[in-house]
Amino acid sequence: MLPVPLATLELLGPPGERSATLSGAWTLAGLRNAGESLERALADAMTEPDLAWNALGIDALDSAGAVRLWRAWGQALPLALLSRPEHGRIFDRLAAVPQDEAKAPPPQGPTEWIIALGRPLLVLRTVLADFLALLGQLALDLLHVCRHPADMPWKEISANLFKSGVRAMPVTALVGFLIGVVLSYLSALQLRQFGADVFIINILGMGIVRELGPVLTAVLVAGRSGSAMTAQLGVMRVTEEIDALATMGVSRSLRLIFPKVVALAIAMPLLVLWTSAMAIIGGMVSAWSQLNMSHNFFFQILPRVVPLENLWIAQGKGFTFGIAVALVACHFGLRVRPNTESLSANTTSSVVTAITAVILIDAVIAIATRGIGVPKL
Amino acid sequence: MTAPVIDIRDLSTRFGEVWIHRHLNLQVEQGDVVALVGGSGSGKTTLLRQIIGLLHPTLGDIRLFGEPLFGGGVHREQALRRRFGVLFQHGALFSAFNVFDNVAFPLRELGCFDEAMIHDLVMLKLSMVELLPRHARLMPAELSGGMVKRVALARALALEPELLLLDEPTAGLDPDRSDSFVRLVRQLDKELGLTVVLVTHDLDTLAALESRVAVLAEQHILALGSIEEIMAVDHPFIRNFFLSDRSRRALETH
Ligand SMILES: Nc1ncnc2c1ncn2[C@@H]1O[C@H](COP(=O)(O)OP(=O)(O)O)[C@@H](O)[C@H]1O
Ligand SMILES: [Mg+2]
Repeated sequence: MLPVPLATLELLGPPGERSATLSGAWTLAGLRNAGESLERALADAMTEPDLAWNALGIDALDSAGAVRLWRAWGQALPLALLSRPEHGRIFDRLAAVPQDEAKAPPPQGPTEWIIALGRPLLVLRTVLADFLALLGQLALDLLHVCRHPADMPWKEISANLFKSGVRAMPVTALVGFLIGVVLSYLSALQLRQFGADVFIINILGMGIVRELGPVLTAVLVAGRSGSAMTAQLGVMRVTEEIDALATMGVSRSLRLIFPKVVALAIAMPLLVLWTSAMAIIGGMVSAWSQLNMSHNFFFQILPRVVPLENLWIAQGKGFTFGIAVALVACHFGLRVRPNTESLSANTTSSVVTAITAVILIDAVIAIATRGIGVPKL
Repeated sequence: MTAPVIDIRDLSTRFGEVWIHRHLNLQVEQGDVVALVGGSGSGKTTLLRQIIGLLHPTLGDIRLFGEPLFGGGVHREQALRRRFGVLFQHGALFSAFNVFDNVAFPLRELGCFDEAMIHDLVMLKLSMVELLPRHARLMPAELSGGMVKRVALARALALEPELLLLDEPTAGLDPDRSDSFVRLVRQLDKELGLTVVLVTHDLDTLAALESRVAVLAEQHILALGSIEEIMAVDHPFIRNFFLSDRSRRALETH
């Protein structure tokens, strides 16, 4: 076992004409091992300005040790210093370190608060402008593939359909089914008190088909596929893959963004249908166990209390939500700066914004379609 | 008699069905500067990753400073890891930190210096790799390839390692910077008795460092010695690498 390296400092002589003797290993390890006692000795030595320093006893000096001494000397070589020539070179290097030019913060004017207020607004403006540019680019892409159908990115669309559509089926089915069970169970508890058992079909049918199915699916897809899209585009930016695509003359919007939007626009309505069906089956199972309602009866009543228009509204919602989620995901994916912090921030923003947008759009559609598909009493 | 800083015995590595190394032996003594040369894809980076414990060898045994790499508790492994610094082939800077924080990171992790001391140390390291104070505020994405290498070197040097492992440190540096890199390594070697293992294809660097050369070919260390000794070995790879016209010109100028 090697001896433990240790940095030592001894102050010798009568007060006033003392000298400091350095010895041992003035290295990172030596400093760490010396700890508090060395710090105290150094602080003590710093109180005396014209101390004579003897550094001949230093066995090993690395930059950590040299910087520690340098700081104790007040960023300059002491007038009286004995040191070995090879250590002298380290101190010379320290003296040559260029000083960081002072970066004083700009003076705070009285208008500072206006600037502070305006900054988020400016950010919001660029975000909106970018989003608009993305929309415009997609419209141009659509025009382009209409004129040149050979350029249609079929492969990418089908890959995206599989990834965000087919692969999402198990999780949406599970969540839909369980929500249906819970909703039906809670409603049944209430309805039984009034003997209004039959109305469970109305509640489940209207609630799930028109509202819950589309929104639930959109939230799941935003969390699942939206975040994946943002992360994928973001990493492609970090690794300069998007730049590589551009130099090969491949349009990033046509190859990366357009297929994602198209795929979700197709997959979402289908997923909405699938999730709603699962939720209704869940509700039916629960109604059967709670209220002894037979499946046949359930299926007979359902089409009567849920007019067909509701299904079309749900499909329209699915289509709109799909486009919204994909657009938001791609928008934030393209905003990723080449570092990991920005990647995680934008992925979070993507999911949060997508879910918020979905709920806002849902509210707007709810108002716009308030007279359609509601059974007359 | 101290143990060799790096002691690799009978190392074999397999990825899938392919053997990258077979019965590889390498000893590096304290204070040595060893350049590892070998064709692209011959497993130099893999060997380096095994030396620093990122990859378990399929067979064989690696010791650093006479100690095994693994086992003996978290603290022992951590203490061992602080004794070497690594420069990765692509820099591996933390992209969310600026240059200053990248170099300061290992010092802060150590937790025994105050911010002012860390600031001075970082500035010294940056000046050692010939970066200016204003570069300290740049983000890794804003650096040129050569600057990334130099920041990564500064970070590798932050904890005053006894052993420095460098994966293609001069690739992407201009000749001037390569020269100052060579000067820096020689200086550290002389002042602190640093042990350096570097992967390089650059004959100028090899010649200027006057290092020992380890040739990795045919899945093991084919030869280890000074450049003259290596050039005396008759082997197709060595003939190609050292005795082509281009290499001759590079070696003659030194
Ligand atoms: N994680 C891995 N899995 C499979 N093969 C690998 C892996 N890492 C490296 N290889 C293969 O091992 C060989 C050596 O790689 P590397 O050590 O990076 O070569 P180099 O000498 O150029 O640094 C290459 O053929 C590479 O494809
Ligand atoms: Mg390599």
